[in-house]
Amino acid sequence: MPFDFMKKPEAPIQTAPSIDRSVLLNAAQKKQIEAAKLRKAGDRISTVILPVLTIGIALGIWEAVSRVMPGGLPGPSQIWADSQELILNPFFDRGGVDKGLFWHVLTSLSRVGIGFSLAAVCGVLLGAFIGTVGWARKGFDPIFQVLRTVPPLAWLPISLAMLREAQPSALFVIFITSIWPIVINTAVGVRNIPQDYINVARVLRLHPIEFFFKIMLPAATPHIFTGLRIGIGMSWLAIVASEMLLGGVGIGFFIWDQYNSSRMSDIIVALAWVGLVGFALDRLVAGLGNIVSRGTAAD
Amino acid sequence: MKPQLSLENVFVDFERDGVISSVLDNVSLTVNSGEYISIIGHSGCGKSTLLNVVAGLVPLTLGAALLDNKEITGPGPDRAVVFQNHSLLPWMTVYENVRLAVDKIFGGKETMSQLHRRAMRNLELVKMDHAAKKRPSEISGGMKQRVGIARALAMEPKVLLLDEPFGALDALTRGHLQDTVMELHARINATVMMITHDVDEAVLLADKVVMMTNGPKATIGKVIDVRCPRPRSRLTAYDDPEFMRCRQEIVSFLEAHDRVKTPEPI
Repeated sequence: MPFDFMKKPEAPIQTAPSIDRSVLLNAAQKKQIEAAKLRKAGDRISTVILPVLTIGIALGIWEAVSRVMPGGLPGPSQIWADSQELILNPFFDRGGVDKGLFWHVLTSLSRVGIGFSLAAVCGVLLGAFIGTVGWARKGFDPIFQVLRTVPPLAWLPISLAMLREAQPSALFVIFITSIWPIVINTAVGVRNIPQDYINVARVLRLHPIEFFFKIMLPAATPHIFTGLRIGIGMSWLAIVASEMLLGGVGIGFFIWDQYNSSRMSDIIVALAWVGLVGFALDRLVAGLGNIVSRGTAAD
Repeated sequence: MKPQLSLENVFVDFERDGVISSVLDNVSLTVNSGEYISIIGHSGCGKSTLLNVVAGLVPLTLGAALLDNKEITGPGPDRAVVFQNHSLLPWMTVYENVRLAVDKIFGGKETMSQLHRRAMRNLELVKMDHAAKKRPSEISGGMKQRVGIARALAMEPKVLLLDEPFGALDALTRGHLQDTVMELHARINATVMMITHDVDEAVLLADKVVMMTNGPKATIGKVIDVRCPRPRSRLTAYDDPEFMRCRQEIVSFLEAHDRVKTPEPI
């Protein structure tokens, strides 16, 4: 017979009669509780209202400046007038490069997706190697520290010379700029695996591959995701910059193209997209990290 | 009784920043099969190093450590360790922690359902089967240590090594776990080597108490047999003159070796 949730227990359990707590409170205490509730509600409202307010003020100032000094940057109302279609319909596709911003962003994102995934896999493996093998760390660390400071665009001429085509060059630039933070952070995470976990693995005689998947990866997960988060930010930086030079479809190229046709309003709309997508990517990786590394922190 | 575990003239040196320090100096010890020995000494005297030599986690500089007449050359599941701070893997559930050990030792030889039953049986032994699906962060310190013991027992080791297993626990929990360990020892008759710095604990649980002198260059100062009849009870232990005699001997040994020899800075 299935368990019946509605069934009353056979004998009622004797407990002290429940007392409504509010009866025991005096007026002053009630007031205090009310005040605390109000403060909490105020906090919640202010986290929404304040950003809206600051954005509104900033837009207002911008608008005012653009009216006082015409001919410079277009103000918000001008942008709305110029680029209404671009803002409202990101999905149009008239063939060639005349597409909605959604398609440009999608192309850029797919490049980031491929380049960054490669960087993530190679970076974690390389980082695990560097973190485990003492001489490798000493030998490679200075090189990585130098390479990671090279700006994304500086890689572009080399990658073009090497690969000769736009698409693989863009991927290479993403790969090479985002791999270093992943390698370095993974190595730190692997090096900081508590000796206890390593001892457990030694007593159990875990195979190196078992050790990698069952101990090393989960133990280093928080560090790995720190690296991935920095890496995805850098690859977004890299793609926008490199697309400007490489051409074709993509949000970076779109910005460059609009610049050449002097459509400032479109550029500003595209910038907003770049910022929002970059923010979303960062949140995505951070959120993924939180889910994956849940429970990995030692108590 | 045949000696199962023997240490013969074991020396262990550690090197740090080019300075070699001798931790263990000529330690010889034999442990019979099924025997429970406690190793007691002041902090930093090399008790844990001695246990780690048996575990194979620390290489010895000179001498030999033998298990069933075979030299110990590295760590292995025939010498399961219960670490002081439980060392459960926090990303795995309680069950998965035990299952990791079960799968590793018996994985190729048994079916999935046998492996599952084996893991659950070991959790039942330490009365932790009810928390099988919980993560280590969701259970108390005493419970974690129970799971640590279950994981070690699941390997069906020849020797169970306990490295101050109750050190981080409150007195009440500690007492409960001591009872559990005594019960398990009586039931599975394993050889146990336990590090402790608690005199009562050392006597209550052990057949033999090994006292270590202070490090550096620590060695075995004295070994006494505890002839209290089993099963023993924490409640009546103090009424047993044999218990009090052992306790007295250990306390006076520890008193005599009170001062830790640290070289005076020049």
